[in-house]
Amino acid sequence: MDLRYTEAEQAFRQGLRDWLADTLPGLPAKPKPDDWPGRRTYDTHWQRLLFDAGYAGVDWPEEGGGRGSSPVEQLIFKEELERAHAPYVGVNFVGLLHAGPTVIAEGTPEQRQRYLPPILKGDEVWCQGFSEPDAGSDLASMRTRAERDGDHYVVTGSKIWTSHAEVADTCELLVRTGAEDSRHRGITWLILPMDTPGVEIRPLTTIAGSTEFAELFLDEVRIPVANRVGDENDGWRVTMVTLSFERGTAFVGDLLEAIELLGTTVEVARRTGAWEDPGVRRLAGHLRAELDALWALTKRNVSQAARTGVPGIGGTVFKLAYTETRQRLGEFSLGLLGRAGLAADDVDGLDGLGALPAETMVEDWLRGISLTIAAGTSQIQRNIVGERILGLPKEPSPAAGK
Amino acid sequence: MDFELTDLQTDLADGVRRLCQGRFPLESIRTFESAERVVDRDGWRALGEAGVFGLCLAEEAGGAGLGLAEAALVFEELGRALLPGPLVATHLAAGLVDGADDGTVVVGLVERPPAGSTVPAVVENLADLDVLLVMDDTGVASVTPDTVEATRLQRPMDPLTPLWSAAALPTGTQVGGPELSNWWRRDGAVLTAALQIGSAAWTTELAVEYAKQRRQFGRPIGGFQAIKHLCADMVVRTEVARAAVHAAAVTVDQPEVGDPLVAAAGAKLLADEAALVNGKSCIQVHGGMGFTWEVPAHLAYKRSRVLATQFGTDGPLAESLASSL
Repeated sequence: MDLRYTEAEQAFRQGLRDWLADTLPGLPAKPKPDDWPGRRTYDTHWQRLLFDAGYAGVDWPEEGGGRGSSPVEQLIFKEELERAHAPYVGVNFVGLLHAGPTVIAEGTPEQRQRYLPPILKGDEVWCQGFSEPDAGSDLASMRTRAERDGDHYVVTGSKIWTSHAEVADTCELLVRTGAEDSRHRGITWLILPMDTPGVEIRPLTTIAGSTEFAELFLDEVRIPVANRVGDENDGWRVTMVTLSFERGTAFVGDLLEAIELLGTTVEVARRTGAWEDPGVRRLAGHLRAELDALWALTKRNVSQAARTGVPGIGGTVFKLAYTETRQRLGEFSLGLLGRAGLAADDVDGLDGLGALPAETMVEDWLRGISLTIAAGTSQIQRNIVGERILGLPKEPSPAAGK
Repeated sequence: MDFELTDLQTDLADGVRRLCQGRFPLESIRTFESAERVVDRDGWRALGEAGVFGLCLAEEAGGAGLGLAEAALVFEELGRALLPGPLVATHLAAGLVDGADDGTVVVGLVERPPAGSTVPAVVENLADLDVLLVMDDTGVASVTPDTVEATRLQRPMDPLTPLWSAAALPTGTQVGGPELSNWWRRDGAVLTAALQIGSAAWTTELAVEYAKQRRQFGRPIGGFQAIKHLCADMVVRTEVARAAVHAAAVTVDQPEVGDPLVAAAGAKLLADEAALVNGKSCIQVHGGMGFTWEVPAHLAYKRSRVLATQFGTDGPLAESLASSL
């Protein structure tokens, strides 16, 4: 166990730090959260800057056009970007973190050539069409139907939680090609150009008041068979291939952001006098211990990935622990604002206290509610830990019952 | 940066686990329940020969010259085996008290109650001790165990941790200054935390084993989410605390990577919690049987209560972490 960085790792960190210091001051102003075209422009411009500097696809293998960095360099990359308050991956998320790696792993040479460079350069934005209104935790029960018609699939159905759909060019789409009850064995992975006739987008408003994701309605949408990645009915496996792709670094940015939020919270507590309360201090101290432990667990997972190629059990364990710690941090920080935390407006405190960061804390608290739901609810994650790690008996499966 | 165990570290932990399984199986440990002495002297020497106590002692002083990281891995195994006796104290005393490192001498350690304290000192394992070290902010003093005027407590919570109460502790002979107290409090916290994660991992295994075998409503109870999720949470608590303990031990060995005191406090805080909550969950998974003396879940739970009172308790640990913010 060695927590020291090698000279090569330190050199990578320093080079990145220098580049960020040169580059970040020249960025345009951040667009408003609901200005989606503005966000697309901003995020894809940032991606282009990363590409030109050789930092695009840090975690992609070289054969996919990426940098092919080690998991430890990926960790450093995410750490430095977060510490420098660089832009988030934003609308490039699905392309860079899921669709791209899937095409690298399972796509044909033609598909790689067509789809990978535009993701790395920020020219093309992807969205994800996996979940359906009736297929959430039980994703394998999805019903969006694809019928073969010559060299096309004709797709009808609906998808939900499709982030960035309004500004996306392309969608990674899971469709049912097998029999209705074929579950995992009858799913196919398709590339859907979003301007295909029959695609309708309906934005969904979140409890935070934002329109991050949308519902997708597909009415006899014709998708070329050439857009299929992997074999027909093999889409479930194709999807799973990249699920462990991030190799333990999925939450690095979030975790560092949480550590910063704890610092802000303590600073507010000091200003308001709440820090005099031992109960407040102990809660803060406990959260510090948890966040430090999660940072250590991240390093453990990344180190494991560096040795074995996959992060092992650590990813699920991390998500369960992190999301709940983060929600408690949100409660703690919002609670300290008292009634000033009932609106996301930065009102001035009395007695020269200065602006209270209500916007940050209210937004964080609201967005935090999704953490134990998105990308597999905590309940499903506990089933995974119980069944795959501990070998406890499985939940009854509808497929097995037949 | 590579935070995975090296092959040497894995082998070391495996070796200690095999030693514990062969030399200290739970059945034989349990024969000491409620006894005045719980240290098997031959066994203690075997631990000494295996390097448990002299691990961090420099090679020229007859030790293995390894770091606290290796010691933490070893203590995790001792904690998993529920091994009784003053393990951490004897380890810390290696190099200071002759015979501590090779296991020929059994050394105890207790914090001297602060002046004006209304609660007596509670000393563990007094009848087993050759040397008792008494620690406070001014340093460490060595005391001859028979000179301590103490009353044996007849109903100790953990049947494998015999206790004595003493209204006052002798002054003894000064063997170290405040820096030794600080050093021992930090390393003692890390090693005790390591014992706790061993216990947390063991109660998880015990609970899971039972959940697979116990059937109700026609199926193993581990198939019910109510039980499965209890077990999953036990894994999560253990893994998070283990990362904290390992990081703390490495930070003591490699102080350039962080603040060892902060890391040690965080590790102890989370490891205590993991051991206590997992001990309780293990009993819960066992249902009525978990409340019986026969099922060993209570032994782990009670031991973790004892360990949670040593080298920092939750409130002050959290306060010290807050002061770093």
